[in-house]
Amino acid sequence: MAAPQRRTDIGPPHYKDFLPPVIQKNYGNWKYHEVLEPGVMVHVSNSGDKIWSVRVASPRLLSTDTLRDVADIAAKYCGGYLRFTTRNNIEFLVSDEKNLNPLKEELKKKGYMMGGIGPRVSNIVHTQGWIHCHSAASDASGLVKVLMDEFAEYFTNKELPNKVRLAVACCTNMCGAVHCSDIAIVAVHRKVPHIDHEKVSNMCEVPSTIAACPTGAISPDPAKKSVKVKEDKCMYCGNCFTVCPPMEIHDPEYDGVAIVAGGKVGNLRTPPKFSKLVVPFIKNNPPRWPEVVSAVKKILSAYEKGAMKHERVGEWIERIGWEKFFKVTGLPFTHQHIDDFLIARETFRTTAAFKW
Amino acid sequence: MSELPKTPLLDELEKGPWPSFVTEIKKAAKKNAMAKDELAQLEKSYRDKRGYWKHGGIVGVRGYGAGVIGRYSSLPDQFPNVANFHTVRINSIAGFFYTSDAIKMMCDIWDKYGSGLTNFHGSTGDAVLLGTTTENLEPIFAEFSSRGWDLGGSGSAMRTPSCCVGPARCEWAHIDTLDITYSITQEFQDELHRPAFPYKYKFKTAGCAVDCIASIARADCSIIGTWRGKIAIDQDAVKWYEKNGMNIQQEIVGRCPTKCMSYDGKTLKINDEDCSRCMHCIAKMTKALKPTGEKGATILIGSKAPFVIGATLSWVIIPFMKMEPPYTELKEFTRKVWEYWDEYGKNRERIGELIIRRGMRDFLEYVGIQPDPRMVKEPRRDPFFFWKAEELVPNSKL
Repeated sequence: MAAPQRRTDIGPPHYKDFLPPVIQKNYGNWKYHEVLEPGVMVHVSNSGDKIWSVRVASPRLLSTDTLRDVADIAAKYCGGYLRFTTRNNIEFLVSDEKNLNPLKEELKKKGYMMGGIGPRVSNIVHTQGWIHCHSAASDASGLVKVLMDEFAEYFTNKELPNKVRLAVACCTNMCGAVHCSDIAIVAVHRKVPHIDHEKVSNMCEVPSTIAACPTGAISPDPAKKSVKVKEDKCMYCGNCFTVCPPMEIHDPEYDGVAIVAGGKVGNLRTPPKFSKLVVPFIKNNPPRWPEVVSAVKKILSAYEKGAMKHERVGEWIERIGWEKFFKVTGLPFTHQHIDDFLIARETFRTTAAFKW
Repeated sequence: MSELPKTPLLDELEKGPWPSFVTEIKKAAKKNAMAKDELAQLEKSYRDKRGYWKHGGIVGVRGYGAGVIGRYSSLPDQFPNVANFHTVRINSIAGFFYTSDAIKMMCDIWDKYGSGLTNFHGSTGDAVLLGTTTENLEPIFAEFSSRGWDLGGSGSAMRTPSCCVGPARCEWAHIDTLDITYSITQEFQDELHRPAFPYKYKFKTAGCAVDCIASIARADCSIIGTWRGKIAIDQDAVKWYEKNGMNIQQEIVGRCPTKCMSYDGKTLKINDEDCSRCMHCIAKMTKALKPTGEKGATILIGSKAPFVIGATLSWVIIPFMKMEPPYTELKEFTRKVWEYWDEYGKNRERIGELIIRRGMRDFLEYVGIQPDPRMVKEPRRDPFFFWKAEELVPNSKL
């Protein structure tokens, strides 16, 4: 059977065709919302109309079987209307209150996990990992799974001082918002690239390979029509590998993950912040990375115990100071924690006031 | 379909309460040979602690240079069904709204031509179809485009713009994030489908400074809704929050970054002139506080992940821009930014890196914007700086 006639440059369908009638009617006219349960909220319009959103967890990687099931549930209780959140949760949009409890019952029965709204741990933004990426130094989906297994009750029920946004990136390319998350995992290498000179001369553009290095460690090797790496300048970021595949950076023996913390994107109270290094390295230990889970748990527990209401992880750390952060989490402070890249001097402590 | 491969390591990731991606892959693998080899190769990755995917090659649909990411197994002899395992990016609906019919339509096409595995959504916001062969790309595109759906961006192109839920279901949206996203997506179809930039260019539109789409961290152009005017206070609603357990003094007044609020137990007051519009009080007392006056957006430029100069957050370029359809000012500004980037940008240099390299003055003069203290956290510290010849007028009083 011939494929239908293709069309180009039409763009996506118009969003209006995907909005439930109550949203079309009250678009831009919402008055307030209330979180009724960790996975249920209601938005109330100035007209008095209401829409209920029921949020469920998703592994982001979904089979068509699961998608069809989700579509069937939405058809049954939501007039066929649903959406995904920016953190990859699924939201069922209920226009008729009498469908709310039956929907929740069916979701419960089928094993969907409701939650993630309010001051809790929401779904983890993450990258492709070993499932589908050439550049992954660890798996992303596996790390997400083991972390969310551990913190599931903070999704479904328990409250924290404020929301905690977790992220996982499977290499320093960071296709997820790792650099501005409350707590995030980023996979890293620790060995200089292994260069296949013959392939470099065939496959790579030398100037762009040199330009890809943030530390200026790469220089031309005219004799081999290739490049060389000054080992003491290389920080193993892997950007050269991205532009020049024969600069193999992966090394299963030495690859693993770092943990960063204290970032945020919202402007509430304090400006958006970058995440900072808290654990320089943990070896890859699939399938369940117990050492990573334990380190993240230490940070989350210390935050839960020490933060004031509404403080995000980064705000809590700034208030208590980094020296106290390392004390209360028990995480060791090492040479790797002190910046020796581009903004080092901005990070040195230029005051005699600090805590013991 | 024959039996699933043995996956003792991945099976460990079907345990525990959180929904399992392994279970998802197995569901697809039961009826799809590609998904089955994906599962088997992934088990090997878990055993060997490394990935087995090669760099993407040039692969796509006729007339487009974007929308498909070539992906090939580095072990095609062991896993022949993922020898080609390309990603197709489908441009999502603004606000990530879908209908059951649309989801099923996508599933029908994907079961016929692909692995049956998806991501809702990829990091940039596309609906990602994970894994198909080169010869299936044209039929997939024909099936989708004939039904009114198009591919998203990839490579050195404008990427699929995305936004928060906005006015569709949020009382805080100062701008129509969905309409802005739809409008720029349609306006720049050529830039989205045919990579012609030095590198990628991302738009993310947030309705307010809560920034649920992480625009300030993840977009070359961050559009963040804001207002110029007073915050209207419903004092009865303030009392309602207090009665329901909120400590107004501590949680609201005490957390205000500009100390522009006060509460004497009866009346909440805001000195609007000193408010920096961070959204904390509004987000915590949504029934009681409503921004009023002129609505628009702050336009910021430059955020990106660490390569090459370290991670950046977007910084303010236009403190306030009115945002009304057809968004001519935003589109004209964007074309000007791209012209500057085209003129001076190096290969694989993001717009933010270019501006840092050449200096804000160079950029601001090119795009015709006057300096404003809202663009910086603080003025420069060191007393050496450039003057241009035309600024040095002989016998001038200055």
